[in-house]
Amino acid sequence: MTLAEQLDAGTGTTRPPRRRARRKSTALSLPDRIVLLLMVGIPAVVHIALVWVPTIGSIVLSFSEWDGIGGLSDIKWIGTKNYVDVFTAYPRFWPAVAHNLIWLVFLIVIPTAFGLLMAVLLDRKMRFSSIYQSILYLPVVLSLALVGFIWQLMYEPDKGLVNNLIGQVGHINWLGDSSINLYAVLVAAAWRHTGYVMLLFLAGLKALDPALKEAASLDGANSWQTFWRVTFPVLKPINIIVLVVTVIEALRAYDIVFIINRGRNGLELLSILITDNIIGESSRIGYGSAIAVVLLVISLGFIITYLVQVFRKEERS
Amino acid sequence: MSADTLASRLVTAPAPSITRPGNRLNATRVALHTFLVLTCLVWLAPLLWAVFASFRTYQDTATNGYFSWPRELTFTNFTTAWTQADLPHYFLNTLVITLPAVAITLFFSSMVAFVVSRFSFKFNLTLLMVFTAGNLLPQQVIAVPLYRIYLLTPLPSWLSDSGYLLDSQFGLVLIHVAFQTGFCTFVLTNYMKTIPKELSEAARVDGAGVLRQYWQVILPLCRPALAALATLEFTWIYNDFLWAIVLIQTGDKMPITSALNNLSGQYFTDNNLVAAGSLLAALPTLVVFFALQRQFVSGLTLGSAKG
Repeated sequence: MTLAEQLDAGTGTTRPPRRRARRKSTALSLPDRIVLLLMVGIPAVVHIALVWVPTIGSIVLSFSEWDGIGGLSDIKWIGTKNYVDVFTAYPRFWPAVAHNLIWLVFLIVIPTAFGLLMAVLLDRKMRFSSIYQSILYLPVVLSLALVGFIWQLMYEPDKGLVNNLIGQVGHINWLGDSSINLYAVLVAAAWRHTGYVMLLFLAGLKALDPALKEAASLDGANSWQTFWRVTFPVLKPINIIVLVVTVIEALRAYDIVFIINRGRNGLELLSILITDNIIGESSRIGYGSAIAVVLLVISLGFIITYLVQVFRKEERS
Repeated sequence: MSADTLASRLVTAPAPSITRPGNRLNATRVALHTFLVLTCLVWLAPLLWAVFASFRTYQDTATNGYFSWPRELTFTNFTTAWTQADLPHYFLNTLVITLPAVAITLFFSSMVAFVVSRFSFKFNLTLLMVFTAGNLLPQQVIAVPLYRIYLLTPLPSWLSDSGYLLDSQFGLVLIHVAFQTGFCTFVLTNYMKTIPKELSEAARVDGAGVLRQYWQVILPLCRPALAALATLEFTWIYNDFLWAIVLIQTGDKMPITSALNNLSGQYFTDNNLVAAGSLLAALPTLVVFFALQRQFVSGLTLGSAKG
């Protein structure tokens, strides 16, 4: 996005006439046209066939009852019954929605605030800054599944570091107690996510014109005021990116709870319920699809907001 | 934007004297570094704890507990995990999936980005939006139909011994390519837009066809972006867990990250072994991180394009 902006800023004024001139002289030969078509076509077909066709498929199948046995002709169409069932009679659904929301809020508040704090602290010339940075974003390279394994060692009731440090050996079952395990897992997820957020903010801060801050301090602003009135508003594009990355991450969360207890006993998530209904013992395709559509609707809201934000400028040009 | 005017106002102002680090209040510096060191220690604790556990023997921790001074440190857990759980086999699986997936993803997305950024067609923006939005979907949204599609698509036996896309490593490569092309296309399109149009025009005047413009003019110039994306995509695809769990049924074919989940119940009876296995599985991405840190980081912030 920053690249696009720079580009627009750099060439925006000279672009239209040049484009018109080129269009006149442009006469692509037939072989070139075919090559271009293939270059776009093949990747587009793969992407659409494996991402968007299944998306539509989820919506269609959500109105059906199908155990997956037999051909497509065995699909029974039952209207909105799956949705009614999911909303009213599926005991794991509302807890999963609640957990997804908690996940979302926790991830937006904690890693964002802490990542921003660390970025601001580390965005100055000081010794060891790059070492601190590396350590903080080290967990970003680990998969959420491995984060699950590693934090299981931390949370072990008897042998884990956490209980040993706070003197509660054997007393607190962090991952087994359904009233606290969600938050225990969220700490682990935040451990990995904070580094990414910090990095995004650091990139944004580095791109800032240092003169901005100097000007503010000349005008008599203290560093708190400078940050909230000058730096933070200028970071707006980064803030949106962080928000979207975080939302997507929260809605996708799966690996870590699957590793810990397959998403049961306090760790239900929408993503878990979907796969439970296709690869579990009972294959309930329509049911799983209805939950997938709920997830789709939630995420589309954010995706569309993001697309509008990113592509509005290009459409204008 | 008010910020811009503020900045331009300052360009003419005399540069304020920059305070050198040494001149600042020492106490603040010390407090800052103390805070940062403590944070880093907390940050490293889970990894260090895993390393600590992985070097200790089962007897040692069983009798003295984990929170104790170790009697001896050994590599036994690593060698046991390596051989008992057949880790080389799963590493190979991961390699067979990850390398083609990264290569094809970059190839595909660079082609699309080339066309979208160098030529003005009506569908450019729509296509870019389709790719970008597709990449942002939670994978679970498409999991149900994808599973059925994979189950119904036959493959020749040299590509899949199951005879279908389901339960084949080729199928995993395919879905990674389909999904990740969205992200890479978006990043590469933005990158290619910064390359002056005159370059390809000059090439065209010299008689270069579309393919030559792509392969010999634009692609070499995109090397930094491609390197960053390769590092990032390697990490992401290597770390995939969901697709392998959903689309692979034979445990033998799983990539290492997902295999570890199966193995942890089957072979790893004690935590020290789980720790060793996890660290071994994390090793390739950690090596990539330390060796190619700059590419990785620039990839992530190119990712601010995704974002």
